[in-house]
Amino acid sequence: MSKSITFKIDGATVTARAGQTIMDAADETGIYIPRLCDVEGLEPQGSCRVCTVKVNGRPAAACTQPAAQGIVVENDTLEILNYRRDLIRMLFQEGNHLCSICEASGRCELQAMAYRLAIVEPAKYPYLQPVRPIDASHPDILLDKNRCIRCGRCIRASRQIDGKNVFGYIGRGINKRVGVDGKNLADTNVDVNDRAVSPGTCPVGCIIRRGLGFYQPIGQRKYDNAPIGSEIENTRSGRGKQ
Amino acid sequence: MKKKIATVSLAGCFGCHMSLLDIDERILDLLKVAEFDKTPLNDLKKFTTRCDIGLVEGGCCNEENVHTLQEFRKNCDVLVAVGACAIMGGLPVMRNAIMNAVDPLRECLEEAYMNSSSVYNSTNDIPNDPALPLILDKVYNCSEVVKIDYQIPGCPPSGDTLWQTLNALIRGVPADLPYELIRYD
Repeated sequence: MSKSITFKIDGATVTARAGQTIMDAADETGIYIPRLCDVEGLEPQGSCRVCTVKVNGRPAAACTQPAAQGIVVENDTLEILNYRRDLIRMLFQEGNHLCSICEASGRCELQAMAYRLAIVEPAKYPYLQPVRPIDASHPDILLDKNRCIRCGRCIRASRQIDGKNVFGYIGRGINKRVGVDGKNLADTNVDVNDRAVSPGTCPVGCIIRRGLGFYQPIGQRKYDNAPIGSEIENTRSGRGKQ
Repeated sequence: MKKKIATVSLAGCFGCHMSLLDIDERILDLLKVAEFDKTPLNDLKKFTTRCDIGLVEGGCCNEENVHTLQEFRKNCDVLVAVGACAIMGGLPVMRNAIMNAVDPLRECLEEAYMNSSSVYNSTNDIPNDPALPLILDKVYNCSEVVKIDYQIPGCPPSGDTLWQTLNALIRGVPADLPYELIRYD
């Protein structure tokens, strides 16, 4: 039996088990910390920084930072909200995110995060409009890398769950991108049932299941009526809503 | 004194203007506090006075769009980019990303007027009548051309979104849109 840890998030007392991250403990308490690259079932990698919180006044990624006794965590403050808005804006502006024509619209976590953070102000940064290829080689799966936010969820799902190496990072810095282990997706050992290409792994519309199209009507899509994170705030103890 | 509103559709589809009409009978309430100057809704071609609010639909894909947008900036106190095309280029901006092309604009025109299987064009001419506005090298969003003060996202923004934002603008308060009214599609 491991010793329990208590700490504060925005003044609310949170209990964690030893070894839990701040985000795990917050989730169990019903406090939602926004995140994109972290998803339940995969090892956190702390790369998108959307889950940045202040721990005793210093910024840290809540998905990788271990919970510790007595720490004071700031999550839902205007400073952090604006910081997260900037991160989301930059993700929109460095790729080609045309929500109007994207199959993932309505269930896209990037879009849902922008809705939740209420991003309606004019663009602060220029749109980079990169030219990125579409990989339509596979009969069942389409890769539209214009929408990739390099969260690495497909990479981790392929390695940690499927036991394969279908996806991986290529390049560094602004040139970093997700590549496939072969000359195209059809050239890899990917299976349509792999977790890496299953719905819910890719947070945006980069990995698309072909033949489904716009299968949910507007109004019934995942984030049409409830903000992203409300499942954590509503179904658990829901303290974060107070 | 009633606020003056001007609207225009540049490289857009008029969907945002249709959405503006979706405020339905509330347009009567709007006309109590505002009146329209240059807009396709009343077919006024020129500004008759300086306007308080300019609503711009669509980005810039030809030189006429740029001139119109600059004229709006000159004549409007507050310029609002309405909809995905005005904000980030929208569907027209897809031509900026024609892959692997040395001359993307030429490839785009040749596909549209010469090479596409559904095209019948016996002279193989690309339209270049002097009356046609010159097409730009790429599609620009509004904030790349002039200073934009506000934006209303959506493709198109719903009538409710436009109504709430316009109301807030006229009264000079923040729009504070609820979750259901912030949409990018």
